[in-house]
Amino acid sequence: MQPVLPIIILALPLAMFLFLGLLGNKMSHRLAGILGTLGMGTTMVLSYIVAFTYFFSGNPDFIDADTHTRLQYVVFNQDWLAFTDFLVIRLGFLLDPISALLLVVITTISFMVHLYSNGYMRDHHGVWETGFQRFYAFLSLFSFSMLGLVVATNIFQMYIFWELVGASSFLLIGFYYTKPSAVSASKKAFIVTRFADLGFLIGILILSFYTGTFNFTDFTSTAVSTDVYQISAGTAEGIKAIFANSAVPVFMGASVLTWALVLIFMGGMGKSAMMPLHIWLPDAMEGPTPVSALIHAATMVVAGVYLVARLFPLYMMEQAALDIVTIVGAITALYAAIVACTQIDIKRVLAFSTISQIAFMMVSLGVADVDFHHGLGYMASMFHLFTHAMFKALLFLCAGALIHAIGSNDYTEMHGLRKYMPVTHITFLIGCLAIAGIIPFAGFFSKDEILTAVGGYSTFWYIWMSLVAGLTAFYMFRLYYLIFWWKEHTVREGHHAPHDQPWTMTVPLVILAAVSCVAGFVPMGDLVTWNGHSSVENVSFWTNFKALDWGVASISLAVAIVAILLATIMYKKENPLPARMKNAMPNLWRWAHHRFYWDELYLFITHKIIFNSICRPIAWFDRHIIDGTMDSFAWMANKASYAIRGLQSGSIQMYVWVYLIGALLLGAVTVVCILI
Amino acid sequence: MEITAIYYLIPALIMFCCGVYGFITRKNMIAILISLELMLNAVDINFVVFNRFLYPEQMEGMFFTLFAIAIAAAETAVAIAIIINIFRAAKNIDVRDLTKMKF
Repeated sequence: MQPVLPIIILALPLAMFLFLGLLGNKMSHRLAGILGTLGMGTTMVLSYIVAFTYFFSGNPDFIDADTHTRLQYVVFNQDWLAFTDFLVIRLGFLLDPISALLLVVITTISFMVHLYSNGYMRDHHGVWETGFQRFYAFLSLFSFSMLGLVVATNIFQMYIFWELVGASSFLLIGFYYTKPSAVSASKKAFIVTRFADLGFLIGILILSFYTGTFNFTDFTSTAVSTDVYQISAGTAEGIKAIFANSAVPVFMGASVLTWALVLIFMGGMGKSAMMPLHIWLPDAMEGPTPVSALIHAATMVVAGVYLVARLFPLYMMEQAALDIVTIVGAITALYAAIVACTQIDIKRVLAFSTISQIAFMMVSLGVADVDFHHGLGYMASMFHLFTHAMFKALLFLCAGALIHAIGSNDYTEMHGLRKYMPVTHITFLIGCLAIAGIIPFAGFFSKDEILTAVGGYSTFWYIWMSLVAGLTAFYMFRLYYLIFWWKEHTVREGHHAPHDQPWTMTVPLVILAAVSCVAGFVPMGDLVTWNGHSSVENVSFWTNFKALDWGVASISLAVAIVAILLATIMYKKENPLPARMKNAMPNLWRWAHHRFYWDELYLFITHKIIFNSICRPIAWFDRHIIDGTMDSFAWMANKASYAIRGLQSGSIQMYVWVYLIGALLLGAVTVVCILI
Repeated sequence: MEITAIYYLIPALIMFCCGVYGFITRKNMIAILISLELMLNAVDINFVVFNRFLYPEQMEGMFFTLFAIAIAAAETAVAIAIIINIFRAAKNIDVRDLTKMKF
């Protein structure tokens, strides 16, 4: 493949960022919006072409026809910073199943959000938001960074773009920078993810120190021909052997490779909001809703999952690291699902739902076993990443439409909107069905694959994750009923009645809803597997349907339906049941409502312990000892110069007096010396 | 009575001391300037006298004096110009009152 298309895919969003960022204020709001949307649309089409070529062209660079194995293809890999012979940082474009999949996901969601923002970022009278052009510039910057992240050929390039997405997330969360809550939320997101990235960086350094390379292909693949690689467990075993044969193979009871992988996973925990580094994501909802849909639901937050998937053959070598991924994911999934049941702000519910669903993907990666259905967990994780991006972006954009119509984030202000906003109602319902896992919507298939993979690993986690899946269905339908049913409004009539939004906002909703209906039929087992081997024989529209394990599928369907029925009973019409339930478990409700006091715990640790016992003494030492010494020098010089400044009277006649007397004294001394 | 160098040097010394005294005590800038000229002229006399009595066959002292007179004239012109400008700005040429540039 010629590198032209991939270069344009990366360069176009960057150019759009520079163009809108530098010249945005010189052009009208409408033009800036149209330009940004068109730029992203072009990128989307080019990404589709690249992904389509990769998956379906049958080119021997992309697929080994004999064994039906998808290969990794390095489109280009340019030396960028050459520090030493070993330490060379390259920028490149790696095309393989997961990067091609992510190209499609990112550009689709990003284009929908670009289109949607044309309607969202203005009020009911058509007045544009302040900084509209800046908003589009930042969206383009984010798209560029995210695309650069997924196509990275080496872990350092990934790290660079990893930080860039963090920075653009910071800029977009703090878009309403006059609002103090948005400012503190953006700072929180940046600091928490930066803290996690510290672990990521240490992990990278350990890994590259032992292996002497940054390239993903050197970690996980063997070369087939120039620029073409095939994922193989043998290379990962070689890496493990390098670590095992090194001078210090074990550190504090775990192998160094495990340490490196766990530290890298820590970076992924920060970005993907896994416990205990999840606290930034709910607050990140202070940003504009399209940003939440793009960054904090569909793309950036799955970067952690993508990172683990990218290094999966290495993780496979260290069961301990994978176990940590599983446990962190499972605990986060349950925690976030419980908290989501009690939140009032609809975006917070969706945020916790996102955390829970990403945790699903993590668990799926953690339990992936290559001997179980060709590493089903890996495929399921990527499948869920794909479907979740679609339906969660849909749900967020619906939430944006509701917030835009009502002017509040709380469902208490909504209730009974189904007649006023029919399009939003139907699309939101489709999103809820998809996330709840009702056949034939997208989430059903991917969640079923995940549960099958978990079931093949351990029964305990299977029951655990099924419970979480039930909770997911429950809290999503609780949200749905509380927004669209519960009780009817009588006052909202006439011009001020809430209504569906302009076409720029409804079109993305309808498209994403349509995708959420059919995305489950994408034969992911043929496209994305851990080593590229297709796991299905004959690919057709019904592939996923036929591959279903009905034992698992019927159980998860039953769980979802029971949960939905429960939500229907409790929330369809105004009734005292929810309040009675809340009163029956007041402590659980209060803890869940306050997100199990994680934020307070963090505040306690940072303010009371770190600030008080470490930072304050250091600050005191700095202010009084270091600064004090320097200040005392300055003070002494100051005082001394004040004391002697009278000598510089500026009166020449006095100078002459002094000079004269001095000369006379000198003469007298000379005379005395001569005489003696 | 033979006129020796000392007959020239003592008046020059008196002139110089008068100049120093005037320079230190006068408060009017013009008077200070005149005192300065007095000192210069005393020095000029010394130059000429030493040239005449010590090295009568050479002329350096004479020329030095001529140059000093020319430079002193130029310097006086500049000083007068500065004093006039100060007077325009401050309506005063008393050195005790001109403290604006201090510190």
